[in-house]
Amino acid sequence: MSDSKKDELLYDHNHDGINRRGFLKCMAWAGTGTLCVMQGGVLKSFALNRLPDPKSAAAAGELSFVQISDSHMGFNKPANPDVAATLQAAVDKIKGSPVAPEFLLHTGDVSHLSRPDEFDAVDQILKSTGKETFFVPGEHDVLEDDGKQFLERYGKSSQGSGWYSFDKKGVHFVGLVNVMNLKAGGLGTLGRDQLEWLERDVKHLKASTPIVVFAHIPLWTVYPEWGWGTEDSAQALGYLKKFGSVSVLNGHIHQTMQKVEGNVTFHTAASTAFPQPAPGQAPSPGPMKVPAEQLRSYLGITSVNYVRGQHALAIVDSKLG
Amino acid sequence: MSIGVRIGIAVLATVSCALTATTGVDEVLAFGAPARTAAGESIAEPAAQAPTQAAQTAAQTGNVVEVKVDNFSFSPQTITIKPGTTVIWTNRDDIPHTVVSDDKVFKSKVLDTDEKFSFTFDKAGSFPYFCSVHPKMTGKVIVQ
Repeated sequence: MSDSKKDELLYDHNHDGINRRGFLKCMAWAGTGTLCVMQGGVLKSFALNRLPDPKSAAAAGELSFVQISDSHMGFNKPANPDVAATLQAAVDKIKGSPVAPEFLLHTGDVSHLSRPDEFDAVDQILKSTGKETFFVPGEHDVLEDDGKQFLERYGKSSQGSGWYSFDKKGVHFVGLVNVMNLKAGGLGTLGRDQLEWLERDVKHLKASTPIVVFAHIPLWTVYPEWGWGTEDSAQALGYLKKFGSVSVLNGHIHQTMQKVEGNVTFHTAASTAFPQPAPGQAPSPGPMKVPAEQLRSYLGITSVNYVRGQHALAIVDSKLG
Repeated sequence: MSIGVRIGIAVLATVSCALTATTGVDEVLAFGAPARTAAGESIAEPAAQAPTQAAQTAAQTGNVVEVKVDNFSFSPQTITIKPGTTVIWTNRDDIPHTVVSDDKVFKSKVLDTDEKFSFTFDKAGSFPYFCSVHPKMTGKVIVQ
């Protein structure tokens, strides 16, 4: 690596091969967020550090927005001792983006322990974007109080445990909640009330309406052994079959992935806090702590570019190292 | 229901100190107070006299069993205990977990790293439980 000198360790107090500055730098590259551009009803997504030329055809579209996820404000363990700094780095990227997003989506785990000061800290950092942010809760946001606090903050106009929909420039957005009432041994759950609401919500829409569904836990089965999936997602997706373009945006697994199934593309976003291992590649899905010299390859960003008609798994990995 | 929750401070302190004694300096740091009072001397002694007695009592009567919450699993996953036994769960992960009975017999608050939850099982029976944050994590307490 020709520019390796730039990233050599300057401070390594713990002799673990990781210094804080180097770590933050890598995290800032990897855990930033995703710019989504809706073009002709097709959603294309770009890692914020790999944005297309704003004048290029790739960046052109009728609507663009940013997805961020898994801020885990309050987490302070070795995987990332300063999650506020990495969230701030993501926000700086958003502010500096040549393609100005119209709004932000946060796909949950805003906080680490559902504490008011954790939510406050995130709100404070996101406020500086000057953009409206739409939230859905992660399981870390609804600890102890069944999501009451989360609803009071972010879900005033939502239904049930926090689901809602809205329209922007002809695109129908649906925010779903799949982190409530989790059952022993099970995966994420939407529940009957929410599914009935979803059916009613999309029934009146024309089949040509582009649909964007966002929820915390993946709505496709990434890895059930680690709970990375949603029990009743097939039923939800069933209500969306008639639509020509459906994009599903999730968080939870702290890594970017994409999958295409018929008319549906599934995307998961990186965390702004810490990475998690690839499915089955570690004894548990706990935070990844890796030596600095390997960190870049572990944190490789994934830039995803979906073109309608390619009905195959389309994951493009770009390693940082 | 005759089963009661007892989160005895003496018992919890005992566990901290017992771990201090057996797992070395790195572990001590997790428990703050004993490490600081130690200042290079015998680590837990000054703060731990009463709890040490309690630990012996517990060990003699055999009524405290520990379950480790680590690597997104409960270990041991299944334990078989006598009625009157207190089970103490300690979260050793960097991620918060809970200990929640499937049948709502017991329910912990969210346990951050190194936090503990204890429950005394007075009644015979089988008590499956899980982590309500990560429901793939399941365990069972059999009281007989």
